[in-house]
Amino acid sequence: MSTIAMPAPDQDIIARKDEIVAALAAVLPADAVIFDPEETRAYECDALTAYRCPPLAVVLPRSTAEVAAAMGVCHRMGVKVVPRGAATSLAGGALPTADSAIIGTMRLREVLEIDTANRFIRVQSGVTNLSVSAELEPEGFFYAPDPSSQLACTIAGNIGMNSGGAHCLKYGVTTNNLMGVTLVLATGEIVELGGPEPGAAGLDLVGLICGSEGQLGIVTEATLRILPRPEGARPMLIGFDSAEVAGECVARIIRSGVLPVAIEYMDDVCLRAVEAFVHAGYPDCTAVLIVEVEGSEAEIADQTARIQAIAADLNPVEFRPSRTEAESLAIWKGRKSAFGAMGRIGDYLCLDGTVPVSQLPFTLRRIGEMSKEHGLEVANVFHAGDGNMHPLILFDANTPGDLERAEAFGAEVLRLCVEVGGCLTGEHGVGIEKRDLMRRQYSPDDMAIQMEVKTAFDPGWLLNPAKVFPLDESRLFREGAARWT
Amino acid sequence: MDVSLASDVAPGDEAELAAFVADSAAGRRALRVIGGGTRLPFSGDGVTLTTRALRGIVTYEPGELTLIARTGTPLDEIEATLAAQGQALAFEPMDHRVLLGGSGTPTIGGVVAANVCGPRRVQAGAARDHLLGVRFVDGQGRVIKNGGRVMKNVTGMDLGKLLAGSFGTLGVLTQVALKTLPVAESRLTLAFPDVSARQAVEIFCAALGTPCEVSGAAFLNGTAWLRIEGLAGQVAHRRDRLAALLRGRPVEVLDDAATRGLWRDLRDVRYFADVAGAVWRIVVKPTDAPAVLDALAPLGGRSSLDWGGGLIWHVGPGGADAVRRAVRQAAAAGHATLVRGDPAADGPVFQPQPAGVAALSAAMRRTFDPAGILNPGLMAG
Repeated sequence: MSTIAMPAPDQDIIARKDEIVAALAAVLPADAVIFDPEETRAYECDALTAYRCPPLAVVLPRSTAEVAAAMGVCHRMGVKVVPRGAATSLAGGALPTADSAIIGTMRLREVLEIDTANRFIRVQSGVTNLSVSAELEPEGFFYAPDPSSQLACTIAGNIGMNSGGAHCLKYGVTTNNLMGVTLVLATGEIVELGGPEPGAAGLDLVGLICGSEGQLGIVTEATLRILPRPEGARPMLIGFDSAEVAGECVARIIRSGVLPVAIEYMDDVCLRAVEAFVHAGYPDCTAVLIVEVEGSEAEIADQTARIQAIAADLNPVEFRPSRTEAESLAIWKGRKSAFGAMGRIGDYLCLDGTVPVSQLPFTLRRIGEMSKEHGLEVANVFHAGDGNMHPLILFDANTPGDLERAEAFGAEVLRLCVEVGGCLTGEHGVGIEKRDLMRRQYSPDDMAIQMEVKTAFDPGWLLNPAKVFPLDESRLFREGAARWT
Repeated sequence: MDVSLASDVAPGDEAELAAFVADSAAGRRALRVIGGGTRLPFSGDGVTLTTRALRGIVTYEPGELTLIARTGTPLDEIEATLAAQGQALAFEPMDHRVLLGGSGTPTIGGVVAANVCGPRRVQAGAARDHLLGVRFVDGQGRVIKNGGRVMKNVTGMDLGKLLAGSFGTLGVLTQVALKTLPVAESRLTLAFPDVSARQAVEIFCAALGTPCEVSGAAFLNGTAWLRIEGLAGQVAHRRDRLAALLRGRPVEVLDDAATRGLWRDLRDVRYFADVAGAVWRIVVKPTDAPAVLDALAPLGGRSSLDWGGGLIWHVGPGGADAVRRAVRQAAAAGHATLVRGDPAADGPVFQPQPAGVAALSAAMRRTFDPAGILNPGLMAG
């Protein structure tokens, strides 16, 4: 059923499995190398579960030195490496090939330094996103990027994908909160980029590494910017009878000078599913916005009043500010269970395109039309403040051809996102899922220079080689690299 | 294009610029790439290529906080356009002409190429944090686009970050997309007189450790300043909260107008404009700053702090070796860049990097500019 192809594995490497495993075992603790096919199967996919392939071997190091040793062996023997955090990627970023070794960061779990005076934390990259903020809570600080997989996803994966979250309208995404990394290069060489000082010298290599999807090296340690926890936060719910008017409300709030930490959007399909699932008590209308503001009680009241005035001009069906912690939880309850609620209805494909906020109403209308044309229902639930849409295309995995139809619909939506001035992926990454759509956003030269950058870091094209770039475009680089090694 | 007669080359569109760079690469003609030429006092060899004729705002959407402009657009024009809608570039780019003199016109391309910022870096970051997308011409004359115009975009590698702060060594920027933000409704400054640098950094660390969103933390001549911005009610609340936190220290409050003037001068380092000597921009971990000032003291000259201690401005007679030795002595991590001075006598301008990092940087230079024609000699290239 899979419509996304991976290159044929290198049979020579597969034939040398015993030799490769022995070489890895020689430089690593015994429990750090997994090669039994029964055990490697556990690593056959990430959260894009339609695509699976067990790797040749899995390496789970506990230190930068062990990552470097494993990378050195793979480099010497010409083995491809697939970096893996917690494998929550929805784009196939951590999908292995049969001739590859996974190097996982999941055992790199130490918090190395918390410095609240200088406002940073230094961690090994396998710590989970949520545990970073948990470590900081007693100090009154937090780490801002909060992808919805934050319970499971690791800092290594966040850096690989430049993860965002619900609060990036105010706090930015990973790249705005990353100060330095320890990077293991394809050769096994270790370099330190950036650090606790604000702004590294020379070229911004930290900025390049962030979001490079494991193409340039493996991050083993990271210095993260931390922020004091706000005094309080309070959401409000605003319901509208029209998607266009809801979109207009988002633009007016942003223009007004009030900067909410989050503006979330849910459409009627999603609202009905959520009501049936958790009875969140949302109004029965076309679109709901959840807007959250932060600060002291007085600051929250001030900002809430300003947003209420903006909304009132647009005749909302309902304006419901939270007055208590219980009301806040009730307002967020439906949004937080939206994906689960949709999953109850059936299988879905979650898209991740971003559009300029001014194009939200038009894009929503077009997606509705496409839904009728393709005969597949779609629900919209997304971060409206930054235009990062997550249309969920509903399909039935047991109906032959349904996944392919959903993928075709999805590709059309992403092309629409690019056409209106947006992009293919706002926070999930390209991986294998959107690899071939890169042509829609970038010219051959735009992609060539990115592949040349990869070549400069990884001349053998051993790191995650069949991801991000269309295979036809990367073929010359991959084959050239094979000759080079 | 006949370059033999022109003092500099100022292509009027991207295609013309790309053709000129391609031709230069073929002929191994070194180019000195500039915007308005206000930010670097150091002229390398080669034909001057300026983006100043690539003018104009392409799109400005206040409702989505996005501005797209050709790189030769004067910064003044952009700031005026944003101000008319109550918005600004939140990273508060400094005006280097105050320190360096000169009559050029700062361009938005120069702001990005030099990754300029200002006191608000403690809260809002630098130009690179607000850069959504770029178009540029690489060293082979290829026109490249990267990123876009939306805030969340992880489609492919983020080359914009690499271009920001590359000082024209990786490519010639032709268009940039930037995030804009609403100007705060209200602002004030808390001034703490008669404090040492050490006490100032203590005040900064305490204040920046609160959720008061302090947007400036600077120290000069025995006075520490904290800037607070926001909605009117927020500013009053934060003033009271910070005053309570730092109780026992004499504090003066500067009003909105005084705050605007003070932070403009701090941003531009106006107080060292007429002080003789080389000017250094030294970046360290904030709590290392007082020790670095102690280590710089024997060299003579004067110093100030910004970014809560993370940035030291130093003016004085010391050359690169002496200044960088002082930083190394007193700070675990840090680097010093020459902003005003004679590179031959005071340089090198940029701090030499450890071998591994230098090798990666050199590899990026070769990737973007295989012929080595873009600002050769700059940034250790």
